[in-house]
Amino acid sequence: MTSPELFPAWRDRPLDDVLYQCRELLEDTSFPTVQRWRDGGGKVVGHFQVYFPEEIAHAAGTLPFKVRGAPVEATRADSHFGSYLCSILKTSLELALSGRVELDLFVTHPICDAARNLAGVWGRNVTYPCQILYLPQNPNSAHAAEYLRGEYDRLRRTIEPIAGRAVTDDALRYSLDVYNENRALLRELYAIRRDVPWLVAADEAYVLAAIGGLIRREEHNGLLRYVLPLLRERRVKRQDRIRVVFEGGFCEQPPLDLIRAIGRSCYVVDDDLWIGLRWLLEDVAVDGDPLRALAAAYIERSSYSPVQHDLRKPKEAMLLRRIRDSGAQAAIITAAKMCEPGLEEQVAYTKALERENIPYFVSEFEENMTSFDQLEIQLETFVENLLFD
Amino acid sequence: MGQRGPASIVGRGNADGGRLFREWFDRLNQAAEAGKPSAYVFVMGSLAELLGAFDFPIVFPEINSLQTAVRRVAHEYLTEAEDYGYSPDICGYVKADVAVQLRGGQHPMGRIPKPGIAVYTNACNTYIKWAEIWERMYHVPTFTIDVPGSRAAGLKPGRGDRDFENDRRYVAAQLEELIPVCERVSGVRFDIDRLREHMAYANAMSAAWREVLALNRSRPSVFSALSDGTIYLGVSNGFRGTAAGAAYFQDLVQEMQYKADHGIGTLTDEKYRLLFVGVPCYPIFRRFGELFTEWGGTFVGSTYLWFASGGSHLGFQYDLGRPLESLAEGLLINVREAMDAMFFQTQALAGMIDDFAADGVVFHPIKSCRTVSTGLADNRRALMAARDVATLFIESDLMDRRVVSEAQLKNRVDAFFEGLASRKQQAVLGSRFSVLGDSPAPTQNRQPTTDNR
Repeated sequence: MTSPELFPAWRDRPLDDVLYQCRELLEDTSFPTVQRWRDGGGKVVGHFQVYFPEEIAHAAGTLPFKVRGAPVEATRADSHFGSYLCSILKTSLELALSGRVELDLFVTHPICDAARNLAGVWGRNVTYPCQILYLPQNPNSAHAAEYLRGEYDRLRRTIEPIAGRAVTDDALRYSLDVYNENRALLRELYAIRRDVPWLVAADEAYVLAAIGGLIRREEHNGLLRYVLPLLRERRVKRQDRIRVVFEGGFCEQPPLDLIRAIGRSCYVVDDDLWIGLRWLLEDVAVDGDPLRALAAAYIERSSYSPVQHDLRKPKEAMLLRRIRDSGAQAAIITAAKMCEPGLEEQVAYTKALERENIPYFVSEFEENMTSFDQLEIQLETFVENLLFD
Repeated sequence: MGQRGPASIVGRGNADGGRLFREWFDRLNQAAEAGKPSAYVFVMGSLAELLGAFDFPIVFPEINSLQTAVRRVAHEYLTEAEDYGYSPDICGYVKADVAVQLRGGQHPMGRIPKPGIAVYTNACNTYIKWAEIWERMYHVPTFTIDVPGSRAAGLKPGRGDRDFENDRRYVAAQLEELIPVCERVSGVRFDIDRLREHMAYANAMSAAWREVLALNRSRPSVFSALSDGTIYLGVSNGFRGTAAGAAYFQDLVQEMQYKADHGIGTLTDEKYRLLFVGVPCYPIFRRFGELFTEWGGTFVGSTYLWFASGGSHLGFQYDLGRPLESLAEGLLINVREAMDAMFFQTQALAGMIDDFAADGVVFHPIKSCRTVSTGLADNRRALMAARDVATLFIESDLMDRRVVSEAQLKNRVDAFFEGLASRKQQAVLGSRFSVLGDSPAPTQNRQPTTDNR
């Protein structure tokens, strides 16, 4: 399976240059990789946060594109929504209405009360199909995986006519292989952050992961295979910084400058940023029925977030485990403004952290915020209190 | 039931509804005093038919919260929950309930029993987050019945379609998994004949509810979908699957039929027939309604009466010969319909404008509820493209008086009615000119449209 190279700028460049090019691509609100793919005659399947079984779109030969808002003014989209909503909904629609991103299919999920409205809103304003993928919200049912297999099959049948070809089991197995490698590489990136966080800053790890939502995963794998050894060889001195977990970036993304600001005073050793790209924790079996394997992995071997209810994964217990496993000393508990699930979870998180006597810092963000001075001062005070306690 | 005169029929639904409501809360109070485990449920997919077969007292936290707003004490509850840590930007219903729980169940209508189990669908994501709070507070079983909804506007597969069957099997499997949990919590063995009995009452109620809603096509309209409708909704939820609920709705059909036959309207002088989209403004509920009735406007229909009755406006009839399969199918179809009434309602609203001869549509998104409110501005645009209809877009809240500005609402509503009046005048002028074989001078084509943003 060959496809045009969408992001060649990093090839054979020194590490700092590669990271610079990744940052440039991530912050480019014209989404040039999507345009390049379309220029080559490719189809694009846009999927809203958090998790989407990209393998199915990939096996159809389309470009899965992660719709996650952008730091743009929602001048066209604003009048399509009411007042009390998170920014990502508006800026995501703005990308479509402004023509910055052209899709062939848009898929949203019932992750929250706001996002499940998107299929209706987009569907009334664009000409391509817009749908909801009903990921199971009762993963504790013994029938959930079987149901999800059927839902994935429905998605496959939806994508096939758009892609203009059948999505065979063999094509799916190939895609599972590609994504298994991608997940392994992302785990390695996170292992570096956890074990030697001074080698990769929070914002650097962030952009390296984020690029995966913009290009074909074979290319992302090539990028990560190139970068990870360079990171390990980096000569950076360890500094006296506290180790923190960042929580609250599962859907709307904080501005890159905010992540950079946090990274100036802390080592971020784990987070839930781009958790959808890392949702499946282990390799998905490539023998047998690939849709069934993908469905089973979602139910049985997956991460956690405030938008999935699973009795086996109480969120606060999962956060404590993330803190423990990463050797963090404190947590930064954030939520996007007006993000109901994130704001609700903050209460459970902070009460659990208090019970465990783990220091935490609570904040809210918006993807379009531009001033971080006050937040940085507050964070520095928090960190100093811990360092000199 | 014999023929009765207007003295005993007209207004009976509201009076009986109020009485039933008080009795219901009295029973909850007794259950709380006795420490009886109750079932916490929500209005969209309550499964009262099934839970009633286990003798659970049924608690609707949404209705409890709504009552604090109508009784003008919601702010006390909201403040308490915010002091506990909850953000001002989340659902006010959730926060009022958190405060009720923190107060040991104390509520303006009596004492609310603690949950023994929570059973809820995914019709609103906040249901799931809300149940997690009880899970943490009480460590009781919480059971999500995941009901997949329509995947896109108009994409509504039916029986026999492989995607529908995939959804139906999933819902049926979850119901089968729920039954032993209910047995364990209640100590009552599952009896399929008792389920059948509750389903029969639900059938009677659903059929009657559908009929009541249709009777509001009468001119003048026989009930207000905003004020009277909220009372009916309370009974349809609190008494679903009971003999009292079925009888109430059969009486209500009789009352509405009587009013329709005798030209008795909910207003003495109905000037404008309106549709309501969204959730009412409960902190100033009476006044909110008066803003419209003072102008002779009455709400003849509402999406609220669809989704907040869990889709039972469809009148779905369970097949009592195969109760469990039919319960799954009915739950899937009803809850899907409720969700469609929030996410994909443009076509249904256009149909309702025609069927109910509506003059205008009022969109009322609220801060508390993203489920209902997120798509309303866009839906309004789509509806205006589909029908030449006057619309009003006003925002407030169902709980939080801090985001309710009565003066601002009044300004917008007044402007809306002034526009409606002008529109009617132009229509009259237009028909006169057309009789004379001429056309009126060009005027603004689509008006009035009022926006409070």
